[in-house]
Amino acid sequence: MTINWFKFASPAAFYPIAGRLIPWFGRVALALVLIGLFWGFFLTADQLGGSNPQKEYYRIIYVHVPAAWMSMWLYLVLAGWSAIGLVFNTRLSFMMAKAVAPTGAIFTFLALWTGALWGRPSWGTYWDWDPRLTSELLLFFLYIGYIALHSAIDDTRRADRAAALLAIVGLVMVPVIFLSINCPDPNQCAALHQRSDPGSIHLSILIPMLTMTLGLWSYSFAAVFARLRTIILTREADHAWVSDVIAKEATA
Amino acid sequence: MMEFFSQGGYAGYVWGAFGMTFGLLLIEVLQLRSSRKTTLTRISRLLRLRAPRQAGAGPSMQRGTSGPTT
Amino acid sequence: MLKVFYCVLSRDITLALRRRTDVLTTLFFFIIVVSLFPLGVGSEREQLRMLGPGVVWVAALLASMLALERLFAADYDDGTLEQLLLTGQPLALLVLGKVVAHWLLTGLPLVLIAPLVAMQYHLSSTAIWVMMAALAIGTPVLSLIGAIGAALTLGLRGGGILLSLLILPLYVPVLVYGAGAVSVSAIEIADTQPYFYLLTAFLMGSSLLAPLAAAAALRISLE
Repeated sequence: MTINWFKFASPAAFYPIAGRLIPWFGRVALALVLIGLFWGFFLTADQLGGSNPQKEYYRIIYVHVPAAWMSMWLYLVLAGWSAIGLVFNTRLSFMMAKAVAPTGAIFTFLALWTGALWGRPSWGTYWDWDPRLTSELLLFFLYIGYIALHSAIDDTRRADRAAALLAIVGLVMVPVIFLSINCPDPNQCAALHQRSDPGSIHLSILIPMLTMTLGLWSYSFAAVFARLRTIILTREADHAWVSDVIAKEATA
Repeated sequence: MMEFFSQGGYAGYVWGAFGMTFGLLLIEVLQLRSSRKTTLTRISRLLRLRAPRQAGAGPSMQRGTSGPTT
Repeated sequence: MLKVFYCVLSRDITLALRRRTDVLTTLFFFIIVVSLFPLGVGSEREQLRMLGPGVVWVAALLASMLALERLFAADYDDGTLEQLLLTGQPLALLVLGKVVAHWLLTGLPLVLIAPLVAMQYHLSSTAIWVMMAALAIGTPVLSLIGAIGAALTLGLRGGGILLSLLILPLYVPVLVYGAGAVSVSAIEIADTQPYFYLLTAFLMGSSLLAPLAAAAALRISLE
């Protein structure tokens, strides 16, 4: 059986689907976050490591790592929808990209904020020019650039396409930027961050961390779809189906 | 109970991180909700403005690029 | 093909040489920014020697970015740009011609003036040579990447400030390795080799990809 995926590429078709999915993603997100928090705070040890233990503040890992992962993943999603939009010329893809950007920027900010609060007790400083924190800062600038460019252009079509191109250029540059930040001296690369090898993390910490990540992922779906629906309505205000939707929502 | 809230003396860091995270997400949800509401009222107002004109002048407003598309 | 490139190049240079002040503005902006730093951070010799490479590179970044605004603006205003789009010649090649002309007028003067500002920071003569070489390889990359941003922000209100928001994060690799090469040269000159390999790789990559991206951006902006 083949599914014509382009059928869902019509904003009119996707609007009700997104509306039905949002509550489910919201519920799943809430459940996973609650499980993750409970596990992280009550079922894990208060301290981490042997000779130089990370005390209770290591629990920041349960938001710091998921937020950092989501910020990077959402940039990939943003650039991916931008590329699809430019290649297939589908309006919905551009709307999707635009809807992802604010949520991604929020997660990037959260990764920085929680990183600062973790850095203070463990490194003795709120901010260090550690490669990963700096990369996250640059990622934040990329998100801000995308949002600023999109909102500076009045013509929707041009704004969509220009911001999409910027997102793709950013994606191409990201590996180079990360390389330059990680290895300012090409002869040797050093980092303050501990090497993160998932195998080396204790299972009782890994599980709540992954649960929180899935929870935030599910949350992103809900938030992005909600924003997407508003964008669709605003842009398609002149179409007949929108007036049907409005009439229905007004009675409900 | 107090022991849990003090987090071994690192309450400021731990609750600062978790508080900012869930606070920001809550703000995002509220913002999304209010923007949806304003969009709905604005479009319904627009539709009401256009409705009488449409009946007289034909279905010229069905589609087209006029109107606010932000 | 080459003729088209040469045509755009010579046209842009001729036009710019009739308005020489534009070229000089960028140059003096660079000199002024570099000269202001010692007034702010203090004029101690050792400190300046340490800050020098970074300061000169950041100033070069800002100067080349400020000049970018004018890359397409004049041609956009008088409609020449639309004519260029309609010529049927490969747009990326035309863009490359404009970028090269732009670099010759704004980047090259920075390279040539570098020894002068380096002396303000008490850099050694080897460091000065390394800095000139790094600027000569690095500033074209800045112009190339910047062209994409200039094309995207064409004709927008507050385009200049927006341009800096979009483009400065993308300048980071050039800044890191350009300034790094100069800093390392003070310790061991042979260690600068990987820096120059990387900068040259950036130049190759950006001269292939950036004109294509900038051409696509121009099409989007002028559609």
